[in-house]
Amino acid sequence: MNTNTKTGAGQKRIAFFVTCLVDMIRPSIGFAALKLLEATGHTVEVPESQSCCGQAAYNSGDIEAARQTARRHIELFEAYDYVVAPSGSCLAMIKTDYPVLFEDQAEMHKRAIALSEKSFELLSFLDLQGVAIEAEYHGTVTYHDSCSGLRSLGVKHQPRNLLNKVKGLSLTEMNDAEVCCGFGGAFCVKFPEISNHMVTDKLNNILTSKADTLAGGDLGCLMNIAGKLSRQGVALRCFHTAEILAGMTDGPGICASKGTSGT
Amino acid sequence: MKSASDQFSTNANRALDNPILQHALLNVKQGLVNRRLQAIQNIPQFEEWRTYASQIKTHTLANMDFYLQQYEQQVIASGGQVHWASDAEEAQQIILSICQQVGAKTVVKGKSMAGEEIGVNDILEENDMEVVETDLGEYIIQLAKEPPSHIIVPAVHKTKEQISDLFFENHQAYGCHERLTEVPDLVNEARKIMREKFHAADVGITGANFLIAETGTSVIVTNEGNGDLSSCLPRVHIVTAGIEKIVPKLADASLLLRLLARSATGQDSETYSTFFTGPKREQDQTGPDQYHVVLIDNHRTEMLSSELRPMLRCIRCGACMNHCPVYTSIGGHAYGWVYPGPMGSILTPSTIGLENAKELPNACTLNGRCASVCPVKIPLPSLLRSLRIRQFDRGMMSWQARTGLKVWALLNRYPTLYGLATRIAVKGLGLLSNNGVIKSIPLDAGWTPHRDMTAPGKDSFMHQYRQQQKSGDRS
Repeated sequence: MNTNTKTGAGQKRIAFFVTCLVDMIRPSIGFAALKLLEATGHTVEVPESQSCCGQAAYNSGDIEAARQTARRHIELFEAYDYVVAPSGSCLAMIKTDYPVLFEDQAEMHKRAIALSEKSFELLSFLDLQGVAIEAEYHGTVTYHDSCSGLRSLGVKHQPRNLLNKVKGLSLTEMNDAEVCCGFGGAFCVKFPEISNHMVTDKLNNILTSKADTLAGGDLGCLMNIAGKLSRQGVALRCFHTAEILAGMTDGPGICASKGTSGT
Repeated sequence: MKSASDQFSTNANRALDNPILQHALLNVKQGLVNRRLQAIQNIPQFEEWRTYASQIKTHTLANMDFYLQQYEQQVIASGGQVHWASDAEEAQQIILSICQQVGAKTVVKGKSMAGEEIGVNDILEENDMEVVETDLGEYIIQLAKEPPSHIIVPAVHKTKEQISDLFFENHQAYGCHERLTEVPDLVNEARKIMREKFHAADVGITGANFLIAETGTSVIVTNEGNGDLSSCLPRVHIVTAGIEKIVPKLADASLLLRLLARSATGQDSETYSTFFTGPKREQDQTGPDQYHVVLIDNHRTEMLSSELRPMLRCIRCGACMNHCPVYTSIGGHAYGWVYPGPMGSILTPSTIGLENAKELPNACTLNGRCASVCPVKIPLPSLLRSLRIRQFDRGMMSWQARTGLKVWALLNRYPTLYGLATRIAVKGLGLLSNNGVIKSIPLDAGWTPHRDMTAPGKDSFMHQYRQQQKSGDRS
């Protein structure tokens, strides 16, 4: 649905970076994102040879492996006008850490900075573009602020602005929305008991908020929280914000049994 | 102080199951966090202060040699003595020697994490001196024979009931036979006992929040005034401080003080902010005859010349650990040494060796909340990552982790392989799906013991997208 028709010099080329978890676990987030990005009126492409952004290696100390994948993604994306990803942590890797990886290599550093300047987390991008939201969702949504998106990219008001445009949706804030859910990439499996403690705190805050739906911008966090809700038998729907904004909430939420669907 | 940092996981897990500790940690997780927020609410220039403070510290660290030498000259000019200790053992010997020279029997101490670091109590007690901690929190843990669990509120892990028990057991010897349960009564009893110790003390040892180069002044802040009594009543005052405590001017210390209390406890200012310059002058009514400053290196110059230099900006406010969801889940003892939480996860391995504190830099989600509240803007997550890089380069990872990363790197180098591997993972996980939810994954000791795993859909996004492009259909 093209609600903004841009032609000629006004129309830009967006490279969609799906990110590994969305690719593997919940493609519907990717399709929701494509639908929303197309609504901006720009063209959207999904460059073929994309893979993982590199944060797994980077945060484990394997700088060389991180650099290799960074170099490949810089080469893959730099010809586009925008790069957009439905994940704060993956986009933060491109925006803030790719330049750091090439600090000592003048040429690559320049290219990394250039890419950084046109890389956007999905919800920030949609908010900036002022995309029209036609979806409906009848429920009370509480929002979990994923750490990288919040602190590295300043993603805070944008998802809330967008969710406020959804017909029938009411937003309620939970306590400690900005406190880490305990996912942290490899952390959740390296220190599972501490991670479990942190996600239990998050679960309690969600329950206290009286929301019936959890929204967020990062699938890692959402899988972690939804996984805990499911294990505790809490019937609360979890979606990536893109799914709500694109009106793709008829099916089961994240980590919910098939055959459960919302109103 | 002996370290137990190599027992991190065991101790952390034990802490998670300790309901008394968990209750006590609420005082940090909610109490100190909210108090800081309230304190800075009415200060629109707080962010500017953070920027200036970070710049002051960065400049000072880049010119440490100049400022330390200026400081020493000023201390000497005011009648004090400066001692340079390259490591903990040297610092211990210097302090022991000063105490022995004056025939010290009783030593009173203000709270000093640098003092804990070098084990000053141990060396003095081994040489038959009585050492009394006068910060109430430190006094409590001294009675409990425990290390501090927080750098500002070292006994935060203790409940009122536990403190009541400790006082009842240990104060019998002072003629106190009543079990006290109310906070004011407990404080007054401690105060009475400590007052005797202050008067009896031969030597007072304090730390320093700041060392001012311009005037040769050391600064401490306390809420109880114990720093003042520790330094003015005994004949000898010894200041133990890391070299990174140096700041150029009085005005710099003034700015840092504005940030310190607010960041630590939400107070606009600690109750006592005391500036010491040299020993008693002729015209002074009170004051020590001798004023010694023991400047401690203990791996700080190593950090200075490495990518960890920004860590030396630290003004020991504790805000990072107060806001750390890992620290507030497990408390300070799990970290196993003097410095816990985010700052401790950098300082501990840097001081006692990365091989003795392997888990600390990894017990972090890199969420960045610590860095967002650090008054001197230390990039804590980046520094933790630097330590992980060192670990990787030194082959300190488990073979499983190394292999996992090698496989990941290989797949990322060949996108077609990556795409294939993703589809295989989708199908593989799909086999474990119980109606969209995975309850258990073989060999997984991390995720499914505690939470369900989301089952993937029919295929990877990239494959589905490609198919749709081919067939010209996008639903």
